[in-house]
Amino acid sequence: MSEATDLIGERRAVVSGAGQSDIGRRLFRDPLELTLDACLAAIEDAGLTTADIDGLSTYPGAFGPGGFSGGGMVDVHDGLRFENIQWFCGGVEFPGQLGAVINAALAVSAGLCKHVLVWRSVWEGSAQGTGGRAAVMPGGGGSGSFKASGFMEWVLPFSAPSAATWIAMFAQRHFHEYGTTREQLGQIAVNSRKNAGLNPKAIYSEPMSMDDYLSARMISTPLCLFDCDVPCDGATAFIVSRADTVADLRKPPINIEAVATALHGRPSWDQYHDLTSMPAQDAGKELWKRTDLKPTDVDVANMYDGFSFITVAWIEGMGFCKKGEAGAFLEGGHNIARDSGVLPLNTNGGQLSAGRLHGFGFLHESCVQLWGEAGERQVPNTPEVGVACAGGGPMAGTLLLTHRR
Amino acid sequence: MSTTTGESPFRIMPAVTDRNRHFWTGGKDGELRFQRCKGCGYFLHPPAVICPKCWSKDIGIEAVSGRAEVLTFSVNVQNWMPGLEPPFVLAIVGLPEQDDLRLTTNIVNCDPYEVTIGMPVQVIFEPHPDQEVWLPLFEPVTKP
Repeated sequence: MSEATDLIGERRAVVSGAGQSDIGRRLFRDPLELTLDACLAAIEDAGLTTADIDGLSTYPGAFGPGGFSGGGMVDVHDGLRFENIQWFCGGVEFPGQLGAVINAALAVSAGLCKHVLVWRSVWEGSAQGTGGRAAVMPGGGGSGSFKASGFMEWVLPFSAPSAATWIAMFAQRHFHEYGTTREQLGQIAVNSRKNAGLNPKAIYSEPMSMDDYLSARMISTPLCLFDCDVPCDGATAFIVSRADTVADLRKPPINIEAVATALHGRPSWDQYHDLTSMPAQDAGKELWKRTDLKPTDVDVANMYDGFSFITVAWIEGMGFCKKGEAGAFLEGGHNIARDSGVLPLNTNGGQLSAGRLHGFGFLHESCVQLWGEAGERQVPNTPEVGVACAGGGPMAGTLLLTHRR
Repeated sequence: MSTTTGESPFRIMPAVTDRNRHFWTGGKDGELRFQRCKGCGYFLHPPAVICPKCWSKDIGIEAVSGRAEVLTFSVNVQNWMPGLEPPFVLAIVGLPEQDDLRLTTNIVNCDPYEVTIGMPVQVIFEPHPDQEVWLPLFEPVTKP
């Protein structure tokens, strides 16, 4: 640890409750209903009431087309009719989706509020179901007079509207420089599907073999269908509380040991200096400066897999193996196995099989595992140290969590 | 430098502004153009308003050679939207004029599955004159 302990403000914050709505491929329900279901579940899980909630935090706010957001700040503030909000923050330019959780931790650490409700809600499954893929593509699939601007200006004219194609180029460069193979990358998807088989809320739970993976249709080389996460409907919520409120809580909270939010290079999908990694490596590097714990202390890791290669960037970036060695680390899948691996990975099935809850599912799963509430998919010898990592491309946020018994 | 032949496919067009017009219209004159700082010589891309290296606002427009190297690529197979017929190649190419001068583009006029990292390529423009855009694409270098 290189940071002075009194500057690690996130340690004054805990995760005191977690909640999730129904999750499905296409639920065709009002997304705000799912959002509020998750929020109320989290408040109840913490043993609090809406009167105790004095902070609100969310990603991405009421932003984006195609089911990207199922409820912003106004929707939830008014939807549950909070009367004692001291601090709130919702937005999209965060260090990854879990930036909303980190913001909440910093707000309680700073004494602005005591119990923050944090949520992320998606309904991309239903949105695609009614409008087809074009409904979620920038520019509505190319109809009308839409013109690309911002980062999209530099990729959309080249017919590259999906992050699948941008991430594929990072994977290709990693394969080229380090000899990583499709079989090695495929372990992420195969491992997730195995875990999803034990998760009653997972979208895809039927078994998938490596042969199934390798014979799946290609999307954008070297990424195939099973390297891409599955759009879904669902909401996830947490309560982030000030650590000294523990007496008010229903159960022992999860401690936040450290967080990291770094972005050291250019803030861009295609201009970032290292085409074999992402700012996940910047956040990972900074995280370990804020703790005496080491990567080898981590008992369970839930790390972003919007596309499988992003998990590779996190595995290396977090120091679970050396840079360029993720292929060897993933070989055979033993290291990441839920029941016997050195690093049980994406134990609920990740976004690849359990649905694209967009970042918040990883923190939910790490908390549930640390609380020992994961049921059939519980990692053996209830884990005490977990990580949750979210974000791909130029956004990365990570939390190191502990729950000592 | 040349332009593609035949009818240009449907593309979502960039919003052309005073800041980026040089890049998207240079192909009309057969030139791949970038902003370049007159103070320190740094090429700026995407276009900006101040040099990020020396803070100079004295920024000019300069044509580069049009040569590049494939830094990475992907053969896109999925049909995401109308326009280019899959499979087609999406690539990030690096320009010899400056270490960090690069852009996302398509590699054309070759078998998509023959593109490799490190392949030398040269710019070719796909004209969309009604939109005031000449898209800079790249093709394998055929002549020395």
